[in-house]
Amino acid sequence: MLVTILFYSFAAVLIGAALGVILSRNPVHSVLFLVLCFFNAAVLWLLIEAEFLALVLVLVYVGAVMVLFLFVVMMLDINIEKLREGFARNAPLGVLIALIVIVELYYVLWVRRLGIEVTGGTAPLPENYSNTAQIGAVLYTEYVYPFQLAAIVLLIAIIAAIALTMRKRPGQKVQDVAHQVSVRAKDRVRIVKMATEREP
Amino acid sequence: MITLTHYLMLAGILFAIAVAGIFLNRKNVILLLMCIELMLLAVNFNFVAFSRFRGLLDGQIFVFFILTVAAAEAAIGLAILVVLFRQRQSINVEELDAMKG
Repeated sequence: MLVTILFYSFAAVLIGAALGVILSRNPVHSVLFLVLCFFNAAVLWLLIEAEFLALVLVLVYVGAVMVLFLFVVMMLDINIEKLREGFARNAPLGVLIALIVIVELYYVLWVRRLGIEVTGGTAPLPENYSNTAQIGAVLYTEYVYPFQLAAIVLLIAIIAAIALTMRKRPGQKVQDVAHQVSVRAKDRVRIVKMATEREP
Repeated sequence: MITLTHYLMLAGILFAIAVAGIFLNRKNVILLLMCIELMLLAVNFNFVAFSRFRGLLDGQIFVFFILTVAAAEAAIGLAILVVLFRQRQSINVEELDAMKG
């Protein structure tokens, strides 16, 4: 009973926050609503005992990705009014498509029941069950190559982000160490042979 | 009792809201990126719910990888956004016609 109440209350806040993301006027408010969304999603994942992912969602997603979004949104000086042109014009189409998606999913999930047994709740987990330990046991054995690939994807993302945003400002005084090391004496000193001159 | 259907329905509503958001905020690249994040969250919901209610752990591993790829996508997307803003002083999608698409 308590779980049901918790599910419905957090689901309501989640949907409200998602609506806030797409409807709020200010992009900063949108990002903050998105953070609220992720927090509520984490709680809902905790309710079905996916503790590791819930914590990863809060730590990695809210802690890193959303803060990055917030940085960028606050750094850029955006003319919001111009970007909201056509908001009301596109609204009926957007709402219509959202409704179609919801109705179709409702039909498949609720009326047809997916063709599988979905009326049961979660099976109770055994005592001393650790979600994190179980994920680790599978992640480092069966999924070890995808795990390495994920690391490479992150590395490439780091390199790409740095390469994209780096720029050379003109007139900046910097040391070029390679250039300094590669200098030879003959490039700098010119030895001139000339006849000796005597003072008159 | 909360069943698999409840979670799938919630994820479906979340996804539909994100789709509507893409239609509503067609001009704002930041909002588009945020709507993609919302969609990914909805998909992750499905994975976690199926994994728990069917008793298989693989779904949660996939969510782990989706989170990794989404973080990479957000980092690169925002980097492109910053470069774009530096060049044109605007993030309006309508003004992005350099490639004449």
